[in-house]
Amino acid sequence: MAKVFIYPATSLMLSDLVARYGHTPLGSAVSIREHIQTPGFDSPPLQMTSEDPQKGLKWAAVEVPSGIRGRMSLYGPLVEEAEAAIIIDEPELSFGCMGCARTNELLCFMLREKDIPRLELRYPASREEGVTFVAQIKKFLDDLKKEDTA
Amino acid sequence: MKPYIPEYVGTVTKYVFVDSPDTTPQDIATAAYEVAQGVMIKETCFGCQITGTPEDVGRIVDHLRKLDPYRIFVKDRGFPPGDARRCRADLGGARPGYLGHEFEMKMAPYISFGLEAVDKMTAEELEIAAGEQLPVEEPLDADILEQLMEE
Repeated sequence: MAKVFIYPATSLMLSDLVARYGHTPLGSAVSIREHIQTPGFDSPPLQMTSEDPQKGLKWAAVEVPSGIRGRMSLYGPLVEEAEAAIIIDEPELSFGCMGCARTNELLCFMLREKDIPRLELRYPASREEGVTFVAQIKKFLDDLKKEDTA
Repeated sequence: MKPYIPEYVGTVTKYVFVDSPDTTPQDIATAAYEVAQGVMIKETCFGCQITGTPEDVGRIVDHLRKLDPYRIFVKDRGFPPGDARRCRADLGGARPGYLGHEFEMKMAPYISFGLEAVDKMTAEELEIAAGEQLPVEEPLDADILEQLMEE
């Protein structure tokens, strides 16, 4: 069972397909859960703390805006843990502010630089494309299983 | 700053979505309650949320998937239900988020169709189906962009 990073990290479909075919999806929910289940100091209104941008320094330089470093403190450990990645090209759902956009760019760059099996595809727009989409993901994940057993 | 003491430590929360003509979100919630054994289930308009130990949640998800294997989708959630930082009961107004889920659920029928088709494929057929390319949007031609800018 491999740990597969999914991009967009909040994708319902990728998360479901990876788990359905017997692997562990690594998405933002995993690191958010770890974050909010760790005792510390309250930082209202959300769960980010002042330490997060500092942790993000490992993946983004100091001159990079703190929003990106904060986000990287969530995604960075997941990318390091990932044994494979599935990337959707230019997903509309990950459209957001400049912090999100730059984090997404950095995230895709890191995944492409990392020496791991990678599948890049687009969202389906018809039933026929749905078959291709699922078939590509299933084949990719089956091949990962074969690599594990080999 | 005050000390933050987390709730539901060691639990996982999963969303269960259903998009089916045969199975309603209420069916999903009822089926989840039937095997809950004390695990927290929250009914929603799209299915339910399950919070409990990883083993318990896995058991319930496996049970629910059997109801409509190709049309039930499951994903992790970071926050437990009712968390004061996300729950509308505390925040008031519309809840932020769910835009991604709305976006992806539009393509649920295509993926359900794909799941069913792929499940019936042999290894050779899967190889052929996976070899096809998904259409790529053509990038905007530089000349057309220049023309548009001049207009």
